[in-house]
Amino acid sequence: MTLETTLSTVSQSLQKAFEKLQCKECGAEYPLEAKHVCEICFGPLEVQYNYDILRQKVSRAGIEAGPNSIWRYRDFLPLATDDVIDVGTGMTPLLKSHRLARRLGLKNLYIKNDAVNMPTLSFKDRVVSVALSRARELGFSTVSCASTGNLANSTAAIAAKAGLDCCVFIPSDLEAGKVLGTLIYNPILMAVKGNYDQVNRLCSEVANTHGWGFVNINLRPYYSEGSKTLGFEVAEQLGWKLPDHVVAPIASGSLFNKIYKGFQEFIKVGLVEDKAVRFSGAQAEGCSPVAQAFKEGRDFITPVKPNTIAKSIAIGNPADGVYAVELANKTNGNIESVNDTEVIEGIKLLAETEGIFTETAGGTTIAVLKKLVEAGKIDPDETTVVYITGNGLKTQEAVHGYVGEPLTIDAKLDSFERALERARTLDRLEWQQVLV
Amino acid sequence: MAVQVLIPTPLQKFTDNQAILECEGDNITELIDSLEAKCPGIKKSLCDDEGKPRRFLNFYVNREDIRFLDGTETALKDGDEVSIVPAVAGG
Repeated sequence: MTLETTLSTVSQSLQKAFEKLQCKECGAEYPLEAKHVCEICFGPLEVQYNYDILRQKVSRAGIEAGPNSIWRYRDFLPLATDDVIDVGTGMTPLLKSHRLARRLGLKNLYIKNDAVNMPTLSFKDRVVSVALSRARELGFSTVSCASTGNLANSTAAIAAKAGLDCCVFIPSDLEAGKVLGTLIYNPILMAVKGNYDQVNRLCSEVANTHGWGFVNINLRPYYSEGSKTLGFEVAEQLGWKLPDHVVAPIASGSLFNKIYKGFQEFIKVGLVEDKAVRFSGAQAEGCSPVAQAFKEGRDFITPVKPNTIAKSIAIGNPADGVYAVELANKTNGNIESVNDTEVIEGIKLLAETEGIFTETAGGTTIAVLKKLVEAGKIDPDETTVVYITGNGLKTQEAVHGYVGEPLTIDAKLDSFERALERARTLDRLEWQQVLV
Repeated sequence: MAVQVLIPTPLQKFTDNQAILECEGDNITELIDSLEAKCPGIKKSLCDDEGKPRRFLNFYVNREDIRFLDGTETALKDGDEVSIVPAVAGG
């Protein structure tokens, strides 16, 4: 190796691969600042990388030797320094499903279980870990967000860990678990009388005048990159292969698109073989502007006023909705919606067959998976990955009254035996009812 | 009709860094023209080549999205507040 080659290799390994922000609509380029929309056309800005540098830097072995968190994919994330906030986020289990798969008639179903993501039990810890690491690099001392709950939990927790001041905005009707699960980290918590879209508007107005780092507003290009790790991990956990079909929830549409971007980046740098992956999305009927646009063959989103128990994905005016429709269409996928009863059935089905208690977004995703299988839109042989993005302990209200009651008994053997007999009889009757 | 307009950060370069402007107009279309008269160049940012508001830009009248009202024909009255907000993702 000549001196020049050695120097060039060393300089490439020090060089960061992320180069600029670029408008997804008109292609205008911007420096890597806290900026989220194009000044010319208002299209969303996205981080662009130099894939030649990335190809030189990354390898399967290098990633496998990295930390057991999203930071093993450090080179694919938009951070300038190595001073990242690592709270153990990521590398959640990818479980081969047996019982749910059998129930649905699928042969190769996998569950990506972010219900146990750290530290706050939803996929949001991925995006917030990236956003707050970048916020620190950009010099923000106060961070903020508009949230349907999970993002609030995550921003408050990781800001606490990083020692950043935090002010979080949520709709005032959120589930108690999500409110308490934010307050415990002692941020300023604003419960806004209105739905998420109104909270978002207010936050944008606050962002105009307060110089804070809003993870999903001015830090959004960096924040949303964190979702790519849900694509990276699945590819690595499948043995450096891509699945055939992905089923994921759609709220703003960002996660859905970034899983795809993650797969594409792994293909570009040669970590996995190129392959067509179908992308199918899940929405709750009471807030399904993206599913409606998909079904009607529209390339624009008509906003709706949310009315569903699936609050974590109740975004009536989804900013990345058009891109989600585009993605489902170009990958031969689908976007489907289910009603609230089906959402609850979905939560119960996943719990009873796989031992995973997910929240309403996960219930929506499982119910949509079932609906797509029944409609023949998922081939039983396809390697299908369903993304579970949040934990059911946070939205207990949703299933109250649908999961039965404990059998209260005396501390006596015969009391137990009588109750057991009754429980078994009830169980049999229930099955008979199902069969009828 | 005198209405207050909340200007998002990326547009404040047209408004001399003002976050709130007072403007005239009987509806959103007229308001946009009135903004252009006050801050030349701003209309090209607000609207596409066909003169429609850009698809990643949301307009609110008194906190309601104009797509739930009468779109760009939404009537304005004295004291109304119009907010211009770029689309936001997250959740």
